[in-house]
Amino acid sequence: MSGSDTSGRQETAAPAIELQGISKAFGPVQANKDISIRVMPGTIHGIIGENGAGKSTLMSILYGFYKADKGEIFIAGQKTDIPDSQAAIAAGIGMVFQHFKLVENFTVLENIILGAEDGGLLTPSLAKARKTLLELEHEYGLNVDPDAVIEELGVGMQQRVEILKALYRQADILILDEPTGVLTPAEADQLFRILDRLREEGKTIILITHKLREIMEATDTVSVMRRGEMTATVKTKDTSPAELAELMVGRKVLLRVDKKPAVPGDVVLDIKNLHVVDDKGVERLKGIDLQVRAGEIVGIAGVAGNGQSELLEVLGGYADATGEIRVNGQPLDLSGKHSDGRSRRARGIAHVPEDRQREGLIMDFSAWENTAFGYHRDPDYQSGVLLNNAAIRADTEAKMERFDVRPPNPGLAAKNFSGGNQQKIVLAREIERNPDLLLVGQPTRGVDIGAIEFIHQQIVALRDKGKAVLLVSVELEEILALADRVAVMFDGHIMGERMSAETDEKELGLLMAGVGN
Amino acid sequence: MDFLTLIQLLDSTVRLATPLLLACLAGLFSERAGIFDIGLEGKMLAAAFFSAAIAALTGSVWIGLLAGITASMLFSLLHGLASITFRGNQLISGVAINFLAAGLTVLIAQDWFSQGGRTPSLMGGARFEPITLPFAEAFGSVPFIGPIYQELISGHSILVYLAFAMVPLTWWILFRTRFGLRLRAVGENPAAVDTAGVSVVGLRYAAVMICGVLCGIAGAYLSTALQAGFVKDMSAGRGFIALAALIFAKWRPWYALYATLLFGLFGALETRPDVIEALFGIKVQGALLGALPYVMTVIILAGFVGKAIPPRAGGEPYVKER
Repeated sequence: MSGSDTSGRQETAAPAIELQGISKAFGPVQANKDISIRVMPGTIHGIIGENGAGKSTLMSILYGFYKADKGEIFIAGQKTDIPDSQAAIAAGIGMVFQHFKLVENFTVLENIILGAEDGGLLTPSLAKARKTLLELEHEYGLNVDPDAVIEELGVGMQQRVEILKALYRQADILILDEPTGVLTPAEADQLFRILDRLREEGKTIILITHKLREIMEATDTVSVMRRGEMTATVKTKDTSPAELAELMVGRKVLLRVDKKPAVPGDVVLDIKNLHVVDDKGVERLKGIDLQVRAGEIVGIAGVAGNGQSELLEVLGGYADATGEIRVNGQPLDLSGKHSDGRSRRARGIAHVPEDRQREGLIMDFSAWENTAFGYHRDPDYQSGVLLNNAAIRADTEAKMERFDVRPPNPGLAAKNFSGGNQQKIVLAREIERNPDLLLVGQPTRGVDIGAIEFIHQQIVALRDKGKAVLLVSVELEEILALADRVAVMFDGHIMGERMSAETDEKELGLLMAGVGN
Repeated sequence: MDFLTLIQLLDSTVRLATPLLLACLAGLFSERAGIFDIGLEGKMLAAAFFSAAIAALTGSVWIGLLAGITASMLFSLLHGLASITFRGNQLISGVAINFLAAGLTVLIAQDWFSQGGRTPSLMGGARFEPITLPFAEAFGSVPFIGPIYQELISGHSILVYLAFAMVPLTWWILFRTRFGLRLRAVGENPAAVDTAGVSVVGLRYAAVMICGVLCGIAGAYLSTALQAGFVKDMSAGRGFIALAALIFAKWRPWYALYATLLFGLFGALETRPDVIEALFGIKVQGALLGALPYVMTVIILAGFVGKAIPPRAGGEPYVKER
């Protein structure tokens, strides 16, 4: 764990990790094909690729979850077998998963010692861990309250606990799988500072991501994966985002959203003094005023949990509120019996929810069943008292075609599509109804870069047809690229509005942190 | 109601609470590790039969106890195989065990003893006799404390003392040992345990087997201490009441003691309607008291008396994900 021991290793210049010809197949699917890679100690190595490119499989092999069909692993020059996680830990590999592996109602300290206890009794183990934690805090600036219960910590802190867990197990190699997916920009910056510090102390870091910006900012070298193969390994300073994107997708990708200036028309959505109190009696929206006009995209920026979700829920018709919302001049029912999704749809409001797997789709149901949800009363879908399944299927097939859903099979269960294709199914269902107002929450969360481009194009196309779009996203980049106007939410208030052409991440970041005008 | 009646009532509470407590702690180990077990009832029943049968055949209650524990552990193993190894539905496996035990015990009893599905009455060394604690006689004459010691605390079978000793022991194992930490973790988030390099399967089997041992003791207590021999369906829903107590106790050992004592008291009152009549002046049907544990559990589950949050990974087979 100490710096001197790793720097000694650096002098011998054996790669911290070397993979030679790793292959792994799941049935007919070749997840990893003949992958070779060398990662030098004391560097940050990025692995970038679209969802399903085989990044996670490769890391699972390195962490002992899967056994490679072929190939060899060398750790610090030594050929190493990694049959299970225990062996990976023993080889000095620590993994920070995308979905944290923490016991939520345990304390930080309990999580850290779990599986790495000294002896059968807890008290001495906990005491030792407390001491070591202080040392680690001192060494890497990773401060965290050892007695805090995990579920009371924010995601940034939880991630820190995961890193500490790995360091406590004396990991020299740290693998981070999509570490910024759940973080705010500020938290992500903080994470990268920590990673820098770890690199300075001689640790080797593998960063798996699909975000080009992170690769460019944080890594020394980068490997690109596509369809199970490693297509290139380059020095980060010798490459560009455009080149990496092309290597990932296999074709040229437009990283910018190509759109004409907005031509706003009449006010479609008019929100006045909107208040929402949640089940626990906490006021989530504290007087929101907002307008969205026809032919414009208004983006709501903000750190997750500042009321954006509640705003979408009220507009979507599944949370009660007080105040006034008018759509095309007519008031919406905010708490009565017309405050539901069906009434909202009847008013021309379509909703692509933030969490497509929980709110947007039923994962075990087929694409065509999912396409009918919410619109199952459509006369075209009826056949007497029964649903006309054949008609729904045909309609779904046409929609899948237009939205380039792959595979274009309406009978396939939603869970069997990739994240991007799931999102396209939801988007197709809502956009194809030609709504006056489209609500979109986190349209590209967990979606790969090729699909992001397509989804953005569809949203812009709807705007250009003169429709109003309300976009909620925690990705500032996405808001800036897609929205014509940006409203920043903080603590249930709108902190300010800016034209996106006249603002930048820094200004919005301050508003997101609650620093007023 | 006089003092002696109260002591008698509490004495009977302790005796009736004992099998509930053992089964409740059995369930606690299993469910804390994420394996729901509605087969407590079946395991108790099987253990009750085999303890009584083997005790009757050998004349030794201790060999009987061992046989009961073994039978219960075999059922636990079955539950483990179905729900851990083959990742089956834990409720269905539990239901199957209950049916299996109900049928098997009577069938074997009839085959072995031909007494209408009973075992012969156990006598002498084939039964757990009450233990008289030291000085019980001498203290008996001391006012107030004397009768409590002599009647309430002394004079139970060894299994009663064992059951009560299991409460602090369970607490200590769960919250003060490495095994306990891992056991609790595997019931909350098995992926955390797995990625920490600890075997989820191993931990869950260990928990399920401990559950088997405790259910075995509970069953043996029924047929060799509380009663003198096995009769058909003698567990009489105690396994389910223990599950209710487990929810009532929010999966904590000390609360399990209080919950089972409370449910034991209901059981004791069921046999003494006269006490309630004397106290409140109303006649209460015994069956109504028998239903009280369930009613209270429903109230608990409805969230009226604080929230009972089960172990988060409970009932879910663990499948490793990438």
